Amino acid sequence: MTPPAAIAVKDLVKDYGPVRAVDGLSFAVAPGSTTALLGGNGAGKSTTIGMIMGLVLPTAGTVTVLGTDMVRRRHDVLHRMNFESPYVDMPHRLTVRQNLKVFGMLYGVEDLAGRIATLAADLDLSALLDRPSGKLSAGQKTRVALAKALLNEPEVMLLDEPTASLDPDTADWIRGHLERYRDRRGAAILLASHNMGEVERLCDRVIMLKQGRIEDDAPPAELVRRYGRSSLEEVFLDVARGRREAVS
Amino acid sequence: MSFSLRRVGALCLRYLYLLASSWPRLLELVYWPVLNLLTWGFLQTYAMGATNSTLFVGGALVSGLLLWEVLFRGQIGFSVSFLEEVWSRNLGNLLMSPLRPVEFVAALMAMSLARLAVGMIPATILAIAFFGFDLARLGIGFAAFFALLVVTGWAVGLVVCGLILRHGLGAESLAWTIMFVFWPLCCVYYPLSVLPAWMKPIALALPPTHVFEGMRAVLSEGVLRLDHLAAAAALNVLWIVAAAFAFAALLDKAREAGSLLSSGE
Repeated sequence: MTPPAAIAVKDLVKDYGPVRAVDGLSFAVAPGSTTALLGGNGAGKSTTIGMIMGLVLPTAGTVTVLGTDMVRRRHDVLHRMNFESPYVDMPHRLTVRQNLKVFGMLYGVEDLAGRIATLAADLDLSALLDRPSGKLSAGQKTRVALAKALLNEPEVMLLDEPTASLDPDTADWIRGHLERYRDRRGAAILLASHNMGEVERLCDRVIMLKQGRIEDDAPPAELVRRYGRSSLEEVFLDVARGRREAVS
Repeated sequence: MSFSLRRVGALCLRYLYLLASSWPRLLELVYWPVLNLLTWGFLQTYAMGATNSTLFVGGALVSGLLLWEVLFRGQIGFSVSFLEEVWSRNLGNLLMSPLRPVEFVAALMAMSLARLAVGMIPATILAIAFFGFDLARLGIGFAAFFALLVVTGWAVGLVVCGLILRHGLGAESLAWTIMFVFWPLCCVYYPLSVLPAWMKPIALALPPTHVFEGMRAVLSEGVLRLDHLAAAAALNVLWIVAAAFAFAALLDKAREAGSLLSSGE
């Protein structure tokens, strides 16, 4: 029997005035899986993620997370999900420990001091805990944001460019951490990324968006095969530039 | 999930960490109330020697100034805590957390009181020591006036925060300027009778007008006018309910427009 979807999007539409940003999307993300939303600028990725988080109201269609309607009842489920994005920051003047404490309290984390210590050890943040968040390097900030996203051991994670600004070694280490977390927790991860290597490594499935519509939806290796290309990056360029259709 | 004091406490802790880490922020809380008090206090001292106007009875000018600061700083304290989230690009983190809007607002109210305490206690001590501010003469009325003005400040602050959510930092200047609309209308330094007839209904619809009329009644007649207190309280209920609806509507509009994803300019 198929487990119920962690994220379910059905006939989702979003209009900004006369502009249709998202045009009838339907997809589901299963627990314990990682799905990528790929697309060029203006493809509708951020708006779709915004609607899944409940920060943007759909014009039509439905979004449920863990069975909860995100338009009307998002506060019933927000403590079971989390997100990370380079487009939001944590307060710069607060130390890493203070920020994690505040967010841990917001998410109702039990044994918060212990949880912060565990995450600090896992993400190599122990030496940074008492430094102001604003004084960290971009890569260190990304690791702190990831620690925030993992504080409540979420069942659903929304990640926007999770390894942006990280050196290749650290980025690879973070990907490994995310994979282990997903497998241990059975968490569903939906990520938006322009790093095709990351998508190929982490994701079971790729949803290619173009002008608010799903252009293709398959596992990364299947997409590469279907488009007759040697890498996902080439597939991405084909779809973004409308160069060719899938060959089968 | 219902209302959580822990989440309110978490947000208050965030603002207290911020204040504790930034002495310029703390200094600013004290700076303007004290500066205003010194300027107006010395004016009162000088003018009292030249005239016997009722303007100065019982330190009415300084009392009016202090209560005006309560109204103004109450709103500013509420709105600036919210603006700190926009400035630090932390709003997305908060809106995606389990924090409910009503808990967010409760934390902003608590911080407004904390910021008022830091700013107003030194100014009040100075007013008592040097400018004839008679706290005992205002008595229990002072606590009532304080509470009524703070609630009006919160109502205005709530609408300002809603407008910032909807329109981004383009609406930031409202946080600093909107209360000045009240200044000439709510009769801080002069009685309602001074206003032209067409302006009086507008002034009477403002809760602070009744507070300042009540303050003058205490200082000049020694009477705590319950009719003024009741009118201010009833108007405040209307204002805070209207502000809550406006905030909720602006939040919904922001979700509709997608402006919560990019809370910048």
